[in-house]
Amino acid sequence: MMLDAKIPAGDLADKWDKYKEHAKLVNPANRKKLDVIVVGTGLAGASCAASLAEQGYSVKSFCFQDSSRRAHSVAAQGGVNAAKNYKNDGDSVYRMFYDTIKGGDFRSREANVYRLAQCSAQLIDQAVAQGVPFAREYGGYLNNRSFGGVQVSRTFYARGQTGQQLLLGAYQALMRQESLGKVKTYTRHEMLELVVVDGKAKGIIARDLLTGQIERHAANAVVLATGGYGKVYYLSTLAMGCNSSAIWRAHKKGAFMSGVSWIQFHPTCLPQLGEHQSKLTLMSESLRNDGRIWVPKKASDEREPKDIPEEERDYYLERKYPAFGNLSPRDISSRAAKERIDAGCGVGAMKNAVCLDFSKAIKEQGKEKIKEKYSNLFTMYEKINGINAYEQPMLISPAAHFTMGGLWVDYQLMTTIPGLFALGEANFADHGANRLGANSLLQACVDGYFVAPYTIPNYLADELKAEKVTTDHPAFEEAEQVVKAQLDRFLQSKGTLSADYFHKTLGKLLYDKCGLSRSKESLTQAITDIKQLRESFKNDLKITGDGTVNSELEKAGRVTDYLELGELMCYDALTREESCGAHFREEYQTPDGEAVRNDQDFCFVSAWEWKGSGAEEELHKEPLVFENVELAVRSYK
Amino acid sequence: MRLKLKIWRQEAATQPGAMVDYMLDDVSEHMSFLEMIDLLNETLVGKGERVVEFDHDCREGICGQCGMMINGRAHGPLPNTTTCQLHMRSFKDGDTIYIEPFRAAAFPIVRDLKIDRSGFDRVIQAGGFISASTGQPPEANSILISHDVTEAAFDAAACIGCGACVATCKNSSAALFTSAKITHLALLPQGKLEAADRVVNMVDQMEAEGFGHCSNTEACEVECPQSISVLHIARMNFEYNKALVMKP
Repeated sequence: MMLDAKIPAGDLADKWDKYKEHAKLVNPANRKKLDVIVVGTGLAGASCAASLAEQGYSVKSFCFQDSSRRAHSVAAQGGVNAAKNYKNDGDSVYRMFYDTIKGGDFRSREANVYRLAQCSAQLIDQAVAQGVPFAREYGGYLNNRSFGGVQVSRTFYARGQTGQQLLLGAYQALMRQESLGKVKTYTRHEMLELVVVDGKAKGIIARDLLTGQIERHAANAVVLATGGYGKVYYLSTLAMGCNSSAIWRAHKKGAFMSGVSWIQFHPTCLPQLGEHQSKLTLMSESLRNDGRIWVPKKASDEREPKDIPEEERDYYLERKYPAFGNLSPRDISSRAAKERIDAGCGVGAMKNAVCLDFSKAIKEQGKEKIKEKYSNLFTMYEKINGINAYEQPMLISPAAHFTMGGLWVDYQLMTTIPGLFALGEANFADHGANRLGANSLLQACVDGYFVAPYTIPNYLADELKAEKVTTDHPAFEEAEQVVKAQLDRFLQSKGTLSADYFHKTLGKLLYDKCGLSRSKESLTQAITDIKQLRESFKNDLKITGDGTVNSELEKAGRVTDYLELGELMCYDALTREESCGAHFREEYQTPDGEAVRNDQDFCFVSAWEWKGSGAEEELHKEPLVFENVELAVRSYK
Repeated sequence: MRLKLKIWRQEAATQPGAMVDYMLDDVSEHMSFLEMIDLLNETLVGKGERVVEFDHDCREGICGQCGMMINGRAHGPLPNTTTCQLHMRSFKDGDTIYIEPFRAAAFPIVRDLKIDRSGFDRVIQAGGFISASTGQPPEANSILISHDVTEAAFDAAACIGCGACVATCKNSSAALFTSAKITHLALLPQGKLEAADRVVNMVDQMEAEGFGHCSNTEACEVECPQSISVLHIARMNFEYNKALVMKP
């Protein structure tokens, strides 16, 4: 199958305008006849649902949380990028486009990334109008700060709660549409199957998590904005409920998955302290603006970090990457930390952390200034670890954080199933092999506010003429039976091990063998191990409780999907015989440990096609064409 | 450490519930409170029993989904902390811990410690927004807002909607939650145009949901994970009266 990204012809800067000028429209009077299902209420989902409802479409919005306001976008702390050039420091749409392409290690589409940068300015306008309290200067103008991987200040922020505040804007817009009767929200609902009729997405099967009722919902288009799957590692910065089930089940119905193994490990997270830990909390990367990262020069140093004198500290990022230093991109910073930890220089009880030190910044700027910038983060750190970071260095370590991979989408954010769209982190589109800080909130918002509201109507215009599919259709019956059979099987699983046990085992296995670095050997081993674990899951899972409110039952479904997705991650990493961005293959590195990319053979996006249970998936390739930038070695030295 | 847990178990809103005793060993001081309940649930699965259902998601204090009464206090013994950010180093070996759901008529129990807080969503639907559809807004810097006003609006906007204010209030009042949104939007120039309708509609909805009145005990502020100030309640009352007086 040839993958057609449907990128409009013409100059890079004109493509999106061209698209918008020629996109099909739907008469306002006809819009309410067209139903759209949006799964997920994070920034991408809520903004898309609200924007489509504002245009007049009938929207159903689903989330598994108890309120649409709780989606994991809330957790993003640092900020959102926009090429406003308010700082007069040389920023522009092109420069933002270039930073993002380069940050992604030249593994994303030029046209998508350019559009992301183009729409960024408009997003700030939208958010401000909604009442998002971005930081302001004393004159009343918006303030900016700088973020990892770039040399301009283009990041807008609302203290350490940028995600929460942006999401409240989108959530409130969604609630406004609900009050107007344009959106119906279904909270505490989980999508368990995609319904496909004649090759087109026509609805979903969802489970009401309160009653256990299996529901059929039909629509003219289905949007998956269900976030990333970093929780596959169990220990991650993600929320406990984050999962891959919606996209994975769509994948099994024919939607291709791309860049599956491209998962970003965030460099500034709290390290694991014990066996029962469920979460690795992220500390905003903005801390790297003032914090300096170091480890003891000598391995197995038993002293407390604060007792180690200056000359015995190794500021390894400043040493290895003098141009960017502590603000080096995430993949480079994370890998450098892992390299030092593996060399025995880690600090903390489990020797799994590095120091993030504010003593110099406090000395130069004063404690009050540091407090004003980061007080909530310092308080959070003390709550979790019981350590005062004004007095001694924070201990941090890399943790699984963001999935650049996801459902393959074309320029219109449509998957390989017509009528099925994927937005935000759920798609692979804009970040390539590594995402720059403060670009994820941006991408989710741009997809939901500014792209999907043009591309979905373009699809819906032809749906008006099509025959309306209702929930009586045999495809709904069939999909419902599949869901019910799986749930029944889980409820009858009376083995000895909990769903969490399998999730943790899979997570550990992936972290070791398909994590910050991978090799042919580790990946081959992981594939064998996962197959075994999946067998054991089939036979030895134990589920208690009933078919109504049952968190164990919910987990079982998610872990089932992770056990298949994890294997595909390994295949994706195994077949990509190069190092790029977050994907670091040990076989492909320079003598001093830098990644070696292979543009000759691997300048493509992988797109995997499900071939049935037990069969190996088929790899398709979408070649990446660079007409506006030159492929360069990504150096931050 | 070894703990004695007394946990509220209830099958459904329509059925009676009761406190049930559990002994739990091997609790580490580094665990969060929710990880301690994960451990309990792991042992319950081992014994073939139904797990304790509880709400949680982000486990970093920002999503607002977790929340329980711990020894009679919303979110436990620490002030201004979510349940997920409470760690077992706040307890000691041999402690007995009472764990109950947030209780309020407007927050019906779903099962065990899970509650229904959809009333909060409906209060927001009544007017907790600025009517700015996608595509309409002017250039962001054309709306000047002073640093201090922005910071004050942020203080109110920081509410995470967890419901601890309602749970801890003897009247089960949602005044802190509702007033925080009213202040956030009323302080900003973008939100002023709709301020009068907003406050009246949100207050009406708050009452329709069955939340009680505020009698100024200020208990809510003590438990609020974001330290939202009760002064917002005073502003809500001010805005409400202003709206009634100025009504065209």
